[in-house]
Amino acid sequence: MKAIGKTLLLIGGTSDIGRATALIYAEAGWDVLLTGRKRSAVQREADDISARTGANVLVHELDILLTSRFEDFLGVVSPLPDTVVCVVGELGEQSRAERELEHAAMIMRTNFEGPALLLGLLAERFAARGSGSIVGISSVAGDRGRASNYVYGAAKAGLTAFLSGLRNRLSGSGVRVLTVKPGFVRTRMTHGMKLPPLLTAEPREVAQTIFAVAEGSRGGDVVYVRRIWRPLMTAIRSIPEPIFKRLRL
Amino acid sequence: MEGWGRYPRHESQAIDCRLPGALAGTVAARAGLIGRGNGRSYGDAAIGEHATLMCRGLSRMRSFDPANATLTVEGGVMLSDILRSFVPRGYFPPVVPGTKFVTVGGMIASDVHGKNHHRDGGFGDHVSELKLVMAGGETLTCSPTRNSELFFATVGGMGMTGIIAEATFRLRPIESGWIAQKTMVAENLADALKALQQTEDATYSVAWIDSLSQGSSLGRSLIFAGEHATLDQAGGMPDAGRFAAKHAGSFSLPFDLPQWVLSKTSVAAFNELYFRAGVRKAAKTSLVHWDKYFFPLDSILEWNRLYGRRGFLQHQCVVPAEDALAVLSGILERFARSGKGSFLAVLKKLGGGSGLLSFPAPGYTLALDLPVTQEVFRLLDEIDELVVKAGGRLYLAKDARQSRHTFEAGYPRLAAFKELRKVTGADRHFSSRLAKRLGI
Ligand SMILES: Cc1cc2nc3c(=O)[nH]c(=O)nc-3n(C[C@H](O)[C@H](O)[C@H](O)COP(=O)(O)OP(=O)(O)OC[C@H]3O[C@@H](n4cnc5c(N)ncnc54)[C@H](O)[C@@H]3O)c2cc1C
Repeated sequence: MKAIGKTLLLIGGTSDIGRATALIYAEAGWDVLLTGRKRSAVQREADDISARTGANVLVHELDILLTSRFEDFLGVVSPLPDTVVCVVGELGEQSRAERELEHAAMIMRTNFEGPALLLGLLAERFAARGSGSIVGISSVAGDRGRASNYVYGAAKAGLTAFLSGLRNRLSGSGVRVLTVKPGFVRTRMTHGMKLPPLLTAEPREVAQTIFAVAEGSRGGDVVYVRRIWRPLMTAIRSIPEPIFKRLRL
Repeated sequence: MEGWGRYPRHESQAIDCRLPGALAGTVAARAGLIGRGNGRSYGDAAIGEHATLMCRGLSRMRSFDPANATLTVEGGVMLSDILRSFVPRGYFPPVVPGTKFVTVGGMIASDVHGKNHHRDGGFGDHVSELKLVMAGGETLTCSPTRNSELFFATVGGMGMTGIIAEATFRLRPIESGWIAQKTMVAENLADALKALQQTEDATYSVAWIDSLSQGSSLGRSLIFAGEHATLDQAGGMPDAGRFAAKHAGSFSLPFDLPQWVLSKTSVAAFNELYFRAGVRKAAKTSLVHWDKYFFPLDSILEWNRLYGRRGFLQHQCVVPAEDALAVLSGILERFARSGKGSFLAVLKKLGGGSGLLSFPAPGYTLALDLPVTQEVFRLLDEIDELVVKAGGRLYLAKDARQSRHTFEAGYPRLAAFKELRKVTGADRHFSSRLAKRLGI
């Protein structure tokens, strides 16, 4: 492996997808800056990636809910990364979110407010420089609200729309904005759930897709990891509301 | 819960552990506990008496120091991950067993031997330090010089001293990922032992035995000697690079095979073909990819299903070199006479082991696979008699059925091991089905 002098900023470095993504970049010779809520937990991942690949891996403590700290954080991130990938997300519990305002707010803020504000700030800096890739991990759950997880879905829909607008604005600026929708992934978040094998990706597969799309070997601005999701979600989106509401998906 | 041989099967509560920080609390919380890596031990070693701590989530590497090729990892890191990361960087683990789907904790707890045991010892001989979580939850750092009694009880101790949270060991620099292999033919057991003696200088050596041949060709074998190919040797390779990853297409057995598939006839036919293929290659040196050389079985995932639902046993003994010929002949004869076919019959020369319960002892080790049937238990009891009489022992990582008598006769340092368990409180806390069965 040879160092190639590029840096990845990975927001959410202790998640399974975040870890796999950082590893893929490190294997390709990138330097990596990992962030997470708890320093000791992120440091463990950083040490792992560095031992496995020999790459430079640094860590920074960052809580996606503490939006007031974002400016300070970006002030110390130097040099500006070449690519940023934000995998932060929290499924939460739909039924609890229906009863507890705080829980619902946490889900919305973690999946939408935090990632959108942070990526927005980075986008300003990337735009000023005239280069960079911004990858937001959204979700198929944001393609249409469903009874079983619409609080989470709505937040992801917000993120999808935000990224779409950002992409629109920065088109032609040299900055790329990408939306990755992983579909089902075998991670801690889905541990114990029954997942359909054809629709379920491994974290490494998601990471490979992120790398391929962000670094230009796979095309597309909005990408489903398993391609089968696109026709599936198109079909689900096109079900008329009067019918959809009775399906209780 | 069951081991790789799928026999025996026991109830045990599985407890997940993903964070090293949570280990202390989780371990201290209940007794009758044993650590489990990837469940590649054959019998009941990794089944907790009451509860089993699943260590695979402790899968992070901690650090690598290129200056002296020293790697520190958590106990649940898989050998396959180490190979994936380090072969392309020019390093190889000091010792590897016949499958790469094992954890570092499992390799230390079994003090696994590789094809280089005669030269390099067991995996435990390359561990410079380990962190052990004790019965009360406290972590102790052990090495050959620090808390050394506990260190040598943990190496080969089958998880019975505590949970291996972290370990540090040295990798071996290699010039390529290829193995220069020489095949030799031995017409009978005496020849095979001689050949293994003669290949003592080779880094790797092992013999595959045709377990069904009898009479004058009893023990006819192919002996495979290997070296890590040098830059020069591998430079002449036709395909791909020096460290080619080569992900051999792997497939899983989708269902259990019925038992007749492994009949005497089919095994005999397989053995004959395999032997002839070996004879054709004899005396030439060929370059073999590391994955194929060390882990031929891994390309068939879940091959343990080959033996059907009732599972199978592996019998692995080691006997001192002096009367190895007589004892191993006796074993092979009984085995061939019974007509129990074994795809896997492997013979190897071992050096000594350093742990109190390490399996390796100076001499020859023979390993045989057998499907579980009623008669097989009787046959193996008979064979154990021969092993005990010869002053030999059975490998705990493969064991599912040996008697206490056989075990106690084979492990002279057992008393010291038990004493250490008592002193550290491990005897009241860590216990597997194997420990229970053998009264450890
Ligand atoms: C195809 C095949 C080939 C093999 N070839 C060889 C060979 O050539 N040489 C050889 O020596 N062995 C060989 N083995 C045996 C294998 O190497 C050992 O059984 C090994 O210990 C399995 O590792 P594991 O991680 O799956 O451990 P498990 O089977 O899960 O556990 C094995 C033992 O280690 C203990 N243990 C596991 N993790 C920890 C931990 N973190 N802390 C404390 N104790 C722990 C368990 O309590 C148990 O006693 C082979 C096995 C197979 C299936």
